[in-house]
Amino acid sequence: MTEENERLKESPSQTAGPYVHIGCTPNFTGIATYETDLGALMKLGPVTGQEITIEGAIFDGDGAPLLDALVEIWQADANGLFNSANEMRGASDPNFSGWGRCPVDMETGEFRFETVKPGRVPWVDGSLQAPHITMWIVARGINIGLQTRIYFADEVEANLSDPILSQIDDRDRLTSLLANEDENGTHRFDVHLQGPRETVFFDI
Amino acid sequence: MNDAKAGGMFLPRDREWQPNALAPDYKSSIKRSPKSKLLSFPTSLSEETSPIFGHDILGEFDHDLIVNYAKQGESAIGPRLLVHGTVRDEMGRPVPNALIEVWQANAGGRYRHKNEGYLAPLDPNFGGCGRVITADDGTYEFRTIQPGPYPWPNGPNSWRPAHIHFSIFGHGFAQRLITQMYFEGDTLIPLCPIVGALGSQDAVDILTAHLDMGRTIPMDMCAYRFDIVLRGAKQTYFENRSEGL
Ligand SMILES: [Fe+2]
Repeated sequence: MTEENERLKESPSQTAGPYVHIGCTPNFTGIATYETDLGALMKLGPVTGQEITIEGAIFDGDGAPLLDALVEIWQADANGLFNSANEMRGASDPNFSGWGRCPVDMETGEFRFETVKPGRVPWVDGSLQAPHITMWIVARGINIGLQTRIYFADEVEANLSDPILSQIDDRDRLTSLLANEDENGTHRFDVHLQGPRETVFFDI
Repeated sequence: MNDAKAGGMFLPRDREWQPNALAPDYKSSIKRSPKSKLLSFPTSLSEETSPIFGHDILGEFDHDLIVNYAKQGESAIGPRLLVHGTVRDEMGRPVPNALIEVWQANAGGRYRHKNEGYLAPLDPNFGGCGRVITADDGTYEFRTIQPGPYPWPNGPNSWRPAHIHFSIFGHGFAQRLITQMYFEGDTLIPLCPIVGALGSQDAVDILTAHLDMGRTIPMDMCAYRFDIVLRGAKQTYFENRSEGL
């Protein structure tokens, strides 16, 4: 294939390092070059759908929370539409960005997103995926951004028929992708980089 | 049917080419590298869409690190640089409207960050962050000062080569990338365990910017060229759009 020969190689990844905040969330680290930190707010006005909070932390192989990580999430709105120029199926909620960026707390390691419960999005064969949020994690010691997905523990039926979840046989590993709602309505999603509870990471 | 629908729009990432999660000489990766194999799936709309940023988010000096933190009439200390390049995808197509965020140490190798303890001084006129959005032809440029190399707690005597950190958004979240730009001729490059996480000299070369005398501004600043390649789509969004009509 001649096309194959002309293909370029993707730029190789390198770690975001411990000072990723300077470039991505400068206000968080006291540099007021930009008006706001991009991705700090996902709800830009009254939104359609169920408003939810997602909280969690990222743990290393010793069980210690990362204190220097940056987390980004990307998701559909409540109707399953993306706020993106590439969304061809209809107009998404104009008050919902779909994209959030959060540096973990430098003392506790906690991240927090105020968002909406995503609607269902089609899979490559046209069937519907279970509601999910794409998560991307970078930090010192992470050579290439880690990609995972947040699914919702209470979406039992949708999860059972989901094209990705249904291919994960190991029950414990599957559980690593489920956010659990606590008594305050907050969805907890902890990420484990190693160990018996290691989170499933994707190559998508 | 077309294979883009059957197999996802974006080409799979070449994981042999990209660095391993575990690079033992880079100590921080030891406890932060997942042990299980990544689960591979074709991209769906969740990764084929992305936030796309408009030029309206940019402030007047976001692209100029020499002055964007400096007091009125002053500028950052260090050799003045123009950094420029083109963002393309693996098919060679330019990527317009790609947001590039950069951050770096000052000329002495010191970052403006609460957790930074290197004894080199802060430059009161240098913040260290900037951002640009690529033009219709995928090109970008920003102005900065030459960052210094710096020591870091890895081995007993570890130094980072001079570098600029880059964060890049394409048109699909599958293309999301963070990397670092190095400078041609820097003798610290082959000694660095973070560079060493790259699997080949070709990969190191791609991240090494070259002096570009053609764009160097006489009596003002040297230019370095740094091209970026994001994951390629098997079809363009335009083709995708016309399909839906
Ligand atoms: Fe750095």
